[in-house]
Amino acid sequence: MADTKRSNMSVSTRAPESSTLSESSAGLLRELVAHLRQNRTQLREEWARRITRAELLTAMTEEEIFAEATAVYDNYVEALETGTFEALQAYSRRLSERIIPRGVETDEVVGIVLLLRDVLARSLFNKYQDNVEKLNRILDSYEPAANRIANTVAVGFVEERERIIRQQQEAIRELSTPVLQVRERLLILPIIGVIDPQRARQLTEQLLRAIRANRAKVVVIDVTGVAAMDSGVANHLVQTVEASRLLGATVIVTGLSPEIAQTLVTIGVDLSEMATVGDLQGGIEEAERLLADRGPTPPIRGELPPETNR
Amino acid sequence: MEVPILRQGQYLIASIQSALTDADLSHLREALIAQVGRSRCRGVIVDVTALDVMDSFAVRTLRDIAHMARLRGAETVIVGIQPDVAFAMVQLGLTLKGVATVLDLEEGLAFLDGRTKERTLEIKPKRPSGRG
Repeated sequence: MADTKRSNMSVSTRAPESSTLSESSAGLLRELVAHLRQNRTQLREEWARRITRAELLTAMTEEEIFAEATAVYDNYVEALETGTFEALQAYSRRLSERIIPRGVETDEVVGIVLLLRDVLARSLFNKYQDNVEKLNRILDSYEPAANRIANTVAVGFVEERERIIRQQQEAIRELSTPVLQVRERLLILPIIGVIDPQRARQLTEQLLRAIRANRAKVVVIDVTGVAAMDSGVANHLVQTVEASRLLGATVIVTGLSPEIAQTLVTIGVDLSEMATVGDLQGGIEEAERLLADRGPTPPIRGELPPETNR
Repeated sequence: MEVPILRQGQYLIASIQSALTDADLSHLREALIAQVGRSRCRGVIVDVTALDVMDSFAVRTLRDIAHMARLRGAETVIVGIQPDVAFAMVQLGLTLKGVATVLDLEEGLAFLDGRTKERTLEIKPKRPSGRG
């Protein structure tokens, strides 16, 4: 109810008056800050109470909420006073770092900052209700700053979240491209998940380096865990096979799903140069046969008798 | 820059030490093909470990060397292509089709040993020719 009253009030005071307003607004802001400092304990408690009532930050205990509320409150007042947001930004980043792992959601963080804004506005309203003209001017200088603070905290939280997501993506990417040596001169590269161009490139680089480091003769690339493949990725796979051959390794591709097989044939990727076997087990058996039969001699493409092609 | 051609048993080894101009490459090709006949070699190894760039002319010259040496009775194997070079070559479509490539010099020697033994011991069934 108080909110609607206040918003009515601010609608009627939108028009900027004159240049004297900006001069006096610094003084008003000082007065405002003094008021907030004076009533620190009471407002802070009111705020923490409203947070609990609104069932925000349920992942945290009441003491924790109160401690964070105190810190946020002080940073908030400081940002209002100095008009600089760097300290607040840094604090909100640290806060996000602490609370994101505990499952605090974006709407909760935005919610508590908006609650604080409401609590403070209400207290201003109570203090200046006898002097409507002054209340309007106080709100005029308070509102833009408060909105900017809310914005800063929310953006800080979201940025921290995105940073964590990026970090996790990186970790997943590294985890998801193991090149394993099964036995002397035989490598396996199991590919799981979605292949985008960046990951495809990384896979190829890792594979080629591993071929060199392990002196591999045969590589089995298993794509059982790949759900879909477009022509770009398929061509990349063909290129990887060719590049491996230039390093003296034969590549066997296994586990092409029916869907991928259909897609590849439909879009007309040239897979004639690629040795394929149904599943990983078959691929490893074939690889061991290659290693045993040919010894150090790799097949030369174009010279192979047709029956040994697959 | 001249490429030294060493003789090791039945094989010739050409070890490229630095980037070559087109003229150097042509000269290497001529020298190798001439020596294959003169010294009755069974195999040729071209070591490109030191190259970090391979253009279309270089790839074509390597392929020509392999085909020409085969006509003169020697197998050719290219050794030591770097991983980055290999991928760059493939992206440019320079895949050295029909030419043997292995990891390094040691592998190359083993490869040629295997190939030449095969040739001496087995009489391969002739593949049906394209004519007819």
